[in-house]
Amino acid sequence: MQKITADMLIEKAVSLLEAGTISRVLGWKKGEFDYDVTPYVFADAESLKKDFVFDDFCGANFSKYLVAETRKAEGKVLVFLKPCDTYSFNQLLTEHRFDREAVYAVGIPCEGMADINKIKEITGDGISSLTSKGDKIVVDTIYDGEKEVDFASVLAERCVSCKSKKHVAYDELMGDEGDITDSARFDEVAQLEAMTEDERFAFWQSQLSKCIRCNACRDICPACTCEKCVFENPESPVENKAISDSFEEKMFHIIRAFHVAGRCTDCGECSRVCPQNIPLHLLNRKFIKDINSFYGEYQAGAEVGSRAPLVDYTTEDIEPGEAVMKGEGENA
Amino acid sequence: MQVNGEYKPLIVAFCCNWCSYAGADLAGNNRLAYPENVKIIKVPCSCRVNPMFILRAFQRGADGVIICGCHPGDCHYTSGNYYTRRRMSLLFSMLNFLGIEKERTRVEWVSAAEGAKFAATMNEFTEAVAALGENKRLEDLRCKR
Repeated sequence: MQKITADMLIEKAVSLLEAGTISRVLGWKKGEFDYDVTPYVFADAESLKKDFVFDDFCGANFSKYLVAETRKAEGKVLVFLKPCDTYSFNQLLTEHRFDREAVYAVGIPCEGMADINKIKEITGDGISSLTSKGDKIVVDTIYDGEKEVDFASVLAERCVSCKSKKHVAYDELMGDEGDITDSARFDEVAQLEAMTEDERFAFWQSQLSKCIRCNACRDICPACTCEKCVFENPESPVENKAISDSFEEKMFHIIRAFHVAGRCTDCGECSRVCPQNIPLHLLNRKFIKDINSFYGEYQAGAEVGSRAPLVDYTTEDIEPGEAVMKGEGENA
Repeated sequence: MQVNGEYKPLIVAFCCNWCSYAGADLAGNNRLAYPENVKIIKVPCSCRVNPMFILRAFQRGADGVIICGCHPGDCHYTSGNYYTRRRMSLLFSMLNFLGIEKERTRVEWVSAAEGAKFAATMNEFTEAVAALGENKRLEDLRCKR
């Protein structure tokens, strides 16, 4: 359960609206089900009170929405940022993607978000309502009535290995300042590295072949904000949704991950939105892990203006041949 | 790649205009033999090589891809090959992570004076790729005739 409630956020938003500090609010709107919360721009107090929600399913990272939203109208946009969202926020500022002055950022604490797929694994389908109660979530299903699940057991994968509870950017902070957590986020990558080549290939073949090329991972990625992109062009053949060959999905995912290498803040949105539940964040984390081990620790978005590793170099860099061995876990 | 029912490794070598391509030229002038399956693509600088080019080469039937550039510090454009080094370190490590044989990709620094090194590198690389067999993991069946 979250420490902060929707009512507290609504109150804050309404007071800022009334004071004229902001003109609109970027927040979470209740969807058709309790678990499908949608990003939405609220313009007045009534709509906020009616539809604004904040619960264990508000995973959406709003940073990317700011790029389009700040240009739409005059006045500041209020945005609620969880700790991991603030990294993306900083990264976008570093890349000059939106005007800092057009945003009023409120940092909110986060206890981790729940993964609806994990809940469904326990309770089965047919969920009609979800209510958070302490460290439990009460799930009402149309088939078996009410069930209780532990919040900790249904925590989203990216939140289990949360990298930081500390906000790196905000105008105002609600609740307490957290700390950078010592997470085991690279463990899964290391496990894969320890496998043989054939096992790794089999793993990724089985994962990536599930891809339906919906492009959701690209659309949601806060590091992926070019306005002219081959994926925005309906004339381009890459818009084809159907995969005609297994090569294509590998190429798509390698290039997608490579495009954001060094700029990915590891927010985990790609895996959250994947309708096929492909662990896409592992590809990004592999790049982050390699960057850390080859060129020294680097966290994208930790500070505004930092130089991304791929647009930088030193004369003493590791050679690609050694790098591949080191990336495999061997100390070359 | 299959030629007349026989496997012959197809190697794509990206060579920078200023050092490695001249190195290949020197190898030719000196009558140093290297396998005819090596297809050289001249690029202005090794950092011109987009990761996409490498995947594209594999898609079109290459069995191995090698990138040759000036030695670090000797780049005609001062720093191009330093960027190549970082990019290719990450890309090749990623390809290996996805289970694509690491012997299929290589970066080698060859200067304009190293004709012998160019020939030796190509001989050795072709042999290594030949031992691996055909590239099955990054092939695109639509591109096979």
